[in-house]
Amino acid sequence: MKPNNQKVWGSNSEQEYRKLFRISVSIMILVSIAPLVVLTAVNYYQYRKTYEIDVINPLTRQINNLRNNLESFVQERISVLKYIANFYSAEDLKSPVLLNKLFSSLRNSFGGFVDLGVIDSSGLQINYIGVYNLLGKNYKMQDWFNKTIFEGVNVSDVFFGYRGVPHFSISVYKPLQNGDFLIVRASINSDVLTGKIIEAEIPKETDIFLVNRNGYLQTNSKFNGKILEKCPFELPEVSKKTEISQTYDKKGKELYLIHTSITDTPFILVEVSPAESLWSNWLKNRNQLLVFMFISVVLIVIAAFWGSNRFVRAIKERDLQAAQMMHEIEYTNKMASIGRLAAGVSHEINNPLSIINENAGLVSDILQKMDYFPEKERIQKCISSILRNVERCSKITHQLLGFAKRMEPNVELINLNEFVNEIVGFVSKEAKLKNVSIEIENYGNESLQINSDRGLLQQVFINILNNSIEAVSEGGRIFISFKPSGDDKVEINIIDNGKGISEKDLPHIFEPFFTTKKGYGTGLGLSITYGIVKKLGGEIFVESKVNEGTKFTLIFPQNYNPIYGTGT
Amino acid sequence: MEQELKIKILIVDDEVELAEILEERLNFRGFYAKSVVDHIQAIREAEKTKYDVALIDVKLKGMNGIELMKLLLEMNPELKVILFTGHGSEGEGKRGLESGAVRYLFKPIDLEKLISEINDILKS
Repeated sequence: MKPNNQKVWGSNSEQEYRKLFRISVSIMILVSIAPLVVLTAVNYYQYRKTYEIDVINPLTRQINNLRNNLESFVQERISVLKYIANFYSAEDLKSPVLLNKLFSSLRNSFGGFVDLGVIDSSGLQINYIGVYNLLGKNYKMQDWFNKTIFEGVNVSDVFFGYRGVPHFSISVYKPLQNGDFLIVRASINSDVLTGKIIEAEIPKETDIFLVNRNGYLQTNSKFNGKILEKCPFELPEVSKKTEISQTYDKKGKELYLIHTSITDTPFILVEVSPAESLWSNWLKNRNQLLVFMFISVVLIVIAAFWGSNRFVRAIKERDLQAAQMMHEIEYTNKMASIGRLAAGVSHEINNPLSIINENAGLVSDILQKMDYFPEKERIQKCISSILRNVERCSKITHQLLGFAKRMEPNVELINLNEFVNEIVGFVSKEAKLKNVSIEIENYGNESLQINSDRGLLQQVFINILNNSIEAVSEGGRIFISFKPSGDDKVEINIIDNGKGISEKDLPHIFEPFFTTKKGYGTGLGLSITYGIVKKLGGEIFVESKVNEGTKFTLIFPQNYNPIYGTGT
Repeated sequence: MEQELKIKILIVDDEVELAEILEERLNFRGFYAKSVVDHIQAIREAEKTKYDVALIDVKLKGMNGIELMKLLLEMNPELKVILFTGHGSEGEGKRGLESGAVRYLFKPIDLEKLISEINDILKS
């Protein structure tokens, strides 16, 4: 019965429970947090996508409207110039009177026109109406002149030209029947474009402007430079479609760049929006999402710890209960086997003892009848000794039988005075060995009686007394007293002046396997005692002070009824 | 004639040696005692002689002492039965008393006590 080479029930060490706790916490956290994180992540990206659509779409719509607006503005003017070029003959177009008339009607009907001119195939401006005197200027070397010849129509970049005012020109090619050609050209103040952009109501922090294909600003911008300065952003490949791209300004601020080209012109409409202002709502939502997740995680962790703690505690309690039960069963079985053995042995011994007894008795009888027998007295003495010792043996067998009988649950009326004296008799030998005195204080003159199971009650007293004898030093004292408690209960106190139990150990002494007797205690004695006391419907308390002693208090019902008795 | 006056005791115990020594001792003390070792012999003996007292071991081979007692009492209702047992079960002793025994004693038997019990029983 060495406790260390035996794996016993409920002997799970604290370490194992801690391990179980850790596993439980980890599983609970993993199982609850993993889906939460995945869900939040999915939510985060979907939300962001939706938001992106919500943010980008209006911007795109806005810029498309503006582009359409600018496009129709330019197209209108191209159309009217094409009309003029086609409708009027070369002779008409050379007439300053007609040109003047056309110019004023253009200004009135369409607006934006600064001048109108006709250029011949040599690049010479042969007819001109406008605020500047540009008649006779030669444009042969100008870029737009050659482009118009090739493409039929040309809208130029914004430039300062001869007059030092930013403007752009629209030129239309007019082939003549003799293989020659003329170009009708009108200048349009670029302020008109700026005006169109300003007309579109755009948010404060958003900048909209035009650039040409070389990246030079064609209108003034709010934050990104003056007209004809280089645009600070590199634009990705230009296409007809509205494109969105992300970039960063010099300070590293994230920007959204939306751009679209205006058909038949070198102009690209660009909108620059700081991401921050666009995403402020999103950021708010995202923060809410993260805060929600954080709170959830904290709650889950708390719940996991709390739940696991309860779970492990419950298991520990079950283990202890199971261990206690197992050991009660084990103990009972062991006692039952010893009981059967004792009964068998005493039965077998009683018969030969009887024979010895009767034979000695017969010898004694015969001797007594005889008047004279040599050494009569000596023989008589021998026989007395035989008879005395037979009686001693017989007492032992009776005690053994009594022990065996105790295994059968049996409620009987017990006289406590007699009972306690008997118990003290059982342990008197050990007490004597240690020179321990056991005193019993009888209650009053009448003896207290209780209805209980004698055998189980004996176990309780013997266990406690053995503990007490163990606890006291040489010459120690044990004091047993009993008195009625309440109407139908009996209180028994067993007090010793031994080494006591430390405050730390006191709450554990009734737990199975708890022992302070390192090496030789099984830690079962008091746990079994506790179980039996409960079984008999009683209660057991312990008070102790180190180096002063220990007091066990037992309270039993005067009438123990096994049917209603507590415990199992 | 002398035998007629003596108190007649039948001893039933399968422990032969014990039965015989008891028989001898009781005879020595002036009783008429006869020992048998099983129920068959006991019944045969009871048919032959009308005994006053029967000492029966509870644990007999073949037939339980209490059952034998019942048989003997049927044959002779005046018979006083003392059961003795080496087994020490009070329960069995009590059952014996309920079934008609007048005493039950534990082994080893103190002869003086047995004689005084027998005298007591026969007086009443």
